[in-house]
Amino acid sequence: MRGNLLDVKNLKVVFYTYRGVIKALNGVELWMNHGERLGVIGETGCGKSVTSLSIMGLIEQPGEIVEGNVYFEGKSMQKMNSSVLYDMRGKEISMIFQEPVSALNPVMKVGFQIAESIARTKKISIKSAYPDVFKMLELVGLDAGRVINLYPHELSGGMAQRAMIAMALSSHPKLLIADEPTSALDVTIQAQIMKLLDDLVSEMGNAVILITHDMGVAAEFCDKIAVMYAGNVVEYASTTDIFDEPLHPYTKGLLKAVPRVGQSKELVGIPGTVPDLVNPPSGCRFHPRCSHAMKICAEELPPLFEVKQGHYVACHLYTREGEHDGNRSKI
Amino acid sequence: MNLKLGMYILKRLSLMALVMFGVSIIVFFIAHVIPADPVGALLGGNAPPALVDQMKHQLGLDKPLWEQFEIYMVGLLHGNFGTSLKSNRPVIQDISEYFPATLELAIFSIIFSIILGVILGIISAVHRNSWADHFSRIFSILGVSMPVFWTGLILLLIFYYLLGWLPGAGQLSLFTIPPKRITGMVIFDALFTGDWAAFWDGLRHIVLPSIVLGYAATASIGRITRASMLDVLRQDFIRTAKAKGLSKRIVIYRHALRNALIPVITVIGLTFGGLLEGAVLTETIFGWPGLGRYIVNALLVLDYPAIMGGTFFIALAYSLANLAVDLTYAALDPRMRI
Repeated sequence: MRGNLLDVKNLKVVFYTYRGVIKALNGVELWMNHGERLGVIGETGCGKSVTSLSIMGLIEQPGEIVEGNVYFEGKSMQKMNSSVLYDMRGKEISMIFQEPVSALNPVMKVGFQIAESIARTKKISIKSAYPDVFKMLELVGLDAGRVINLYPHELSGGMAQRAMIAMALSSHPKLLIADEPTSALDVTIQAQIMKLLDDLVSEMGNAVILITHDMGVAAEFCDKIAVMYAGNVVEYASTTDIFDEPLHPYTKGLLKAVPRVGQSKELVGIPGTVPDLVNPPSGCRFHPRCSHAMKICAEELPPLFEVKQGHYVACHLYTREGEHDGNRSKI
Repeated sequence: MNLKLGMYILKRLSLMALVMFGVSIIVFFIAHVIPADPVGALLGGNAPPALVDQMKHQLGLDKPLWEQFEIYMVGLLHGNFGTSLKSNRPVIQDISEYFPATLELAIFSIIFSIILGVILGIISAVHRNSWADHFSRIFSILGVSMPVFWTGLILLLIFYYLLGWLPGAGQLSLFTIPPKRITGMVIFDALFTGDWAAFWDGLRHIVLPSIVLGYAATASIGRITRASMLDVLRQDFIRTAKAKGLSKRIVIYRHALRNALIPVITVIGLTFGGLLEGAVLTETIFGWPGLGRYIVNALLVLDYPAIMGGTFFIALAYSLANLAVDLTYAALDPRMRI
């Protein structure tokens, strides 16, 4: 077991659509320990959200997990029966989303929606959950007495995200998945929400998976970072390693595309576009866009490989010494 | 009820008065520009000219159109729809006699179609593309495409003639003593007076016509429920509800359904409005003494006051149904509250 909280092994998820089978996840490897903060970064459509839904056990028709497994505290989630899964959701693992206002049910009061969550995890009635709702709303810095009786459309985006955080943390989950929690908010609110999340999580000691495409947010918040591309984790390492010493050509490209204060160089983008996952490129899905691509890259999917202590890369440039020697012409 | 809501209802009612004024103008002029001769229809083609003139004078039809309109409008404002040429009674009295039967049938039909339609819609949406979905879609298509006179006759043939489980035409059996008239709706009157024999008999009589009438409505309610439910199940807040660990049942019935019902309410309201017009065919097949039959009979004999009064009344019922829809919206969806 690589992580004592979560271990995602060779996860393959497909979606059956009219256009064809979308191979959304192509053998994702990911793991983390209790209390760790993991950032998952990548472009839109690279499988970040599908990964998080798989961890929640929420992949539903037309989607399907075709291979691989998710282990939570060593237990295979695929092998759990649905009642155990229901029990875990919202209690052991909870989640906050990108669009906080639309993530709340428009016809129910905010207080009720949080109470519902608390009532379920504590196995008490919804009515008797209200004192806890009050406490949680205060904790996330909202005017509890007022917000408890408001409907989602009466909240601003920032307030709604605070309410979502209150809901998600009310059960003291072991793992909080934050799926682009600040993308829909404006910059000042973003900072407030990340600060709040940081404070609360530090205090409660939950592990967090932060899904984002904002490198800056990930750098500040996370201990470790997994970079995803087209359904694979291509690089996984500590935040410092990722930012100081990126190994995968895609990670390098991503970092070059991030503007930095004081930098005079022009930003460089990665040539090409995100592949169509109905007909993904063979071998390494990044090879058509990669300036270091070799013959083997089109033929074989590189495994996630520990290049040095705690730094994993899925790239043929770094695979074990001696293997595929004939193809390593271009390092 | 708060003050704002009261003001809103008041505003809607005054708007409705305006609409009804427009309706009455249209109704009046349509009735008077059609090239037909009510006196001829009343007296027959061979009536002596003197009698025709006398009849015209008696009905006020010899006055200029403008003056007739004035008389009509003044009457309307006093709640006077005129006197039926055929029954020789005030039209309002005729309507109050026929409308309760229509209303009763409409209530039972709509209840039947809401229950069945919403359930079918939910099952269809939740088990999309399963056999249950296909079944309910075929059931719906049959509902909108089979004419009521056909379904009506087939059901009568099976349940009345062949099986004998249910009675045939009418609101009550011949030997059942009608309950004391309170609302005019036989079943409700029987309920209020505690007349259980009449209540049971009335219920048995209303089953077939309300199924026949409600079937088409069931189909449209079912289809809109399915579409709306599918749309809601894709929303972010459903994902949140699932992520909270709520059971499928609670996600569907507590979180999705209330949102999904909002567009369904529109269809229900409009359908109910339509049912209030009286269903001529259903009423004819089942010998139901409703407004639809009354108006059609009035049309056949060119009974102007009855046509105008009946049409006006239906427009009013329709507007009220719409108002009820809008108020229900507000109850279901806090975003629409004023």
